[in-house]
Amino acid sequence: MERSVHDRGGWPDDAPIDRSEHELADWELLTDALVGALGGRGLMNVDEMRRGIESMPPDEYERASYYERWLYSIETNMTEKGVLARGELDARVGG
Amino acid sequence: MTYHPGQRVRVAARPHDGHHRTPGYVKGKTGTVERAYASFKNPETRAYGADGLPEQPLYLVGFAQRDVWPDYAGQSRDRIYLDLFEHWLEDAE
Amino acid sequence: MSEHEHDHDHPHEPITNGNEPPAAARARALEQLLIEKGAISREDVRERIDWLVSRSPTDGARLVARAWVDPDFKQRLLADARSAALELDLDPGPSPVVVAVENTDDVHHMVVCTLCSCYPRALLGPPPAWYKSFPYRSRAVSDPRGVLDEFGVELGDDVELRVLDSTADIRYLVMPRRPAGTEAMNEDELAALITRDAMIGVAQPAAPAPIG
Repeated sequence: MERSVHDRGGWPDDAPIDRSEHELADWELLTDALVGALGGRGLMNVDEMRRGIESMPPDEYERASYYERWLYSIETNMTEKGVLARGELDARVGG
Repeated sequence: MTYHPGQRVRVAARPHDGHHRTPGYVKGKTGTVERAYASFKNPETRAYGADGLPEQPLYLVGFAQRDVWPDYAGQSRDRIYLDLFEHWLEDAE
Repeated sequence: MSEHEHDHDHPHEPITNGNEPPAAARARALEQLLIEKGAISREDVRERIDWLVSRSPTDGARLVARAWVDPDFKQRLLADARSAALELDLDPGPSPVVVAVENTDDVHHMVVCTLCSCYPRALLGPPPAWYKSFPYRSRAVSDPRGVLDEFGVELGDDVELRVLDSTADIRYLVMPRRPAGTEAMNEDELAALITRDAMIGVAQPAAPAPIG
């Protein structure tokens, strides 16, 4: 049965588990907080957030870092809901 | 609650287009209900802006690892447990 | 950089830092946009960051240490971990159900979230990077004894290994076995032995320090 890229249980993976500790960068903490803040305001629930992550093209999902996936989901959801205009974040970053 | 602890259940082997929380590795597998939890909003609809109602009963279902993985390399008594929604389960008795 | 206060050991980075990934500027721009549009407030973000940085495995360790010394509390913890946490004035987090599972001489538990990164963050702090990694998410379910080998845990052949894949609203906390030689220790001393990794199930608690 075909599996989505986020459905990792039993996925062939020979890589050793990198056990090094990584303190979160400020932008990662911020991203985490944005999800919580949007949840608290009723703008994005956890299921929508996960669905947003799962909607990433598979190669992007595998290449992106953990919080990059969260950013993708926030942008996807906020654009769908009309909070952000399409391309508005790109424009602001490109600034 | 349709199922009770100790009951054998099979996980539906159906493809699902869109968000769902039943991992592929357990679809079609048969296990035993370990616990019946409360009901929770359905993530499959809530993920798309719906309210997730009606709430769906959730179960902790345990499987023998050797029933899940054809080449499981651990011990025969090892088990794996997942939280699965009722609408993914069928009676397997 | 948005103005938020938090306790971090590293210095604040300047607004434009060549060493940052592009995602950093993207996150800050996203925050700006969301605040400008009134979707969230700066205070929302600050409060959330404050909560996130306040979380650590110390809370989980307190729960386990109390269960080790108080058999009645242990039963309450196993029956309803959320309520047991509230009994100790601990924040069990937003998950409606938190379940503690007990390691014994015969059973060892290990927790994973193969679909994303579900984790009892309120009680354990942020999940380690490896918990969220593809190799762990993949092999914790299909080769858990191999994973435990990598983590340096020796599990006897006669021990039943139970993996829990957190696929829904429940969050799981492993209660590791109390080590031998700890009979004279008080609750605080016991709590110091109970590590984050032991409460995920990829480590045994630290051994008590030798006397003398």
